[in-house]
Amino acid sequence: MHFLNEHIIPFFNYWIYVIIMMLGLHAMIVKRNLIKKLIGMSIFSTAIILFYVSIGVNNGGDIQGGKPGETHGTIPVIEHELALEASHDPTKIDFRRYANPLPHVLMLTAIVVGVATLGVGLAVTQRIYRDYDSIEEDEILAKIAAAPSRQTDD
Amino acid sequence: MIWQFDTLILLLLLVAAVVSLRLRDLLAASVVFGIYSFLMCLLWAEMAAVDVAFTEAAVGAGVSALFMIATVYQTTRKSSD
Amino acid sequence: MRFLGLFAVLVTGALLLYGVKDFPHYGAADSPANEGVVPRYYMENTMKDARVPNAVTTTLADYRGYDTMFETSVVFTAGVAIFAILRVFGGDRNRHHPDSLRIRGDQFRIIVGTTSRLLIAPIQLFALYVLAHGHHSPGGGFQGGVIIGASFLLLSVARNLGESLTRLPEHRFFTLGATGVLIYAGIGLLCLLLGHHFLDYRALQHVLPGVGPEMARSHGILGVEIGVAITVSSIMFAIYANLSTRGELKKGL
Repeated sequence: MHFLNEHIIPFFNYWIYVIIMMLGLHAMIVKRNLIKKLIGMSIFSTAIILFYVSIGVNNGGDIQGGKPGETHGTIPVIEHELALEASHDPTKIDFRRYANPLPHVLMLTAIVVGVATLGVGLAVTQRIYRDYDSIEEDEILAKIAAAPSRQTDD
Repeated sequence: MIWQFDTLILLLLLVAAVVSLRLRDLLAASVVFGIYSFLMCLLWAEMAAVDVAFTEAAVGAGVSALFMIATVYQTTRKSSD
Repeated sequence: MRFLGLFAVLVTGALLLYGVKDFPHYGAADSPANEGVVPRYYMENTMKDARVPNAVTTTLADYRGYDTMFETSVVFTAGVAIFAILRVFGGDRNRHHPDSLRIRGDQFRIIVGTTSRLLIAPIQLFALYVLAHGHHSPGGGFQGGVIIGASFLLLSVARNLGESLTRLPEHRFFTLGATGVLIYAGIGLLCLLLGHHFLDYRALQHVLPGVGPEMARSHGILGVEIGVAITVSSIMFAIYANLSTRGELKKGL
């Protein structure tokens, strides 16, 4: 129990990201099916995104949220009334009340690029299936070994 | 941030990841991967990263699962592992 | 191979977990990432600099505009790569029709098709709202673009690919994709020609009538977000069209 309170609960986001990342990496190395490998790759990338997003969280160090009546780490959008004042005087804004916007920006583009990468991976998978009639790694390797100078027909 | 809700999402997240990697039916694996993405999106919305969660809801749960289903349709549905 | 892979994964995981004890606690307000000067500057100055309450949008399109510009080009490049890998003209000779998915329930086709058709207009309207309202609420070019792309995907799944290809024919995919990148880079170049730095939208106050430097930045952000949305939406549909027909663009899922 002491170990749990001391080493896991304050760091649970890192534990979760490491576990999900290990699942994804394991699938990328061990699975023989190419689509399974790509699912593993996507899980790996979401684990990294989870890591970045979770270091941007800012709730005052209290895992159960702030004290009642106190806002901590809300979404990084400035409220309307405050916004009008802040357009002349930036010191009105207490930046600690908001989550850190920088990891959000970096990861937002990473997600869209991730789906483009996934698309390229799936296209390569379909191309391999067109040429070798299989998406299992060991069958493809056996076919390559059986006909080393195999010409693709286009 | 509600830690009970968080713990539930995290458990479901791990279950969805393991199930989508273990299923031998690739169509089902793609659909479970969509569920995984949607749970991840809920988690990010809880972490106050609303823009990231919005993108993941549109991209991960919608478009990327559909790309996988399209590939499964064009190749094969069975997987050896 | 199995045990070697498992061993490598476990070692990597153990090393990462060993490093965890040096990290700041979850949600710590005084962690180096949250305490730093950069997020503070972004949060405090987003209203003063650009009159945009959503700090994520300002950071995405203004403070870190280069980053987003090249991310857009990455999406465009992925579309071109998929075209190069998969596209075949005139049909595949040794093609056998896929038997992996037998879709049953043809009798529901009319219900699904009609419902999806009715849904497409609200979806596209919502996408435009997300795109235009990204300054004040979560949203922006990437999200709006993906939702527009998803409306085309819905039409292709519910009815057939040919129907959405009549709306957005193949030769438009890359024209539109390149146009989006061009809008982004063009706005940057316009700023350069008007005597400021590349992507410094304050320069636009010389061409937009009656706006100050702050509103010029706000409009510049909207302009580049539109470019991003055009690229992302057309490339998403291009990727789907190629993947779902194995590059033939004839009969698909």
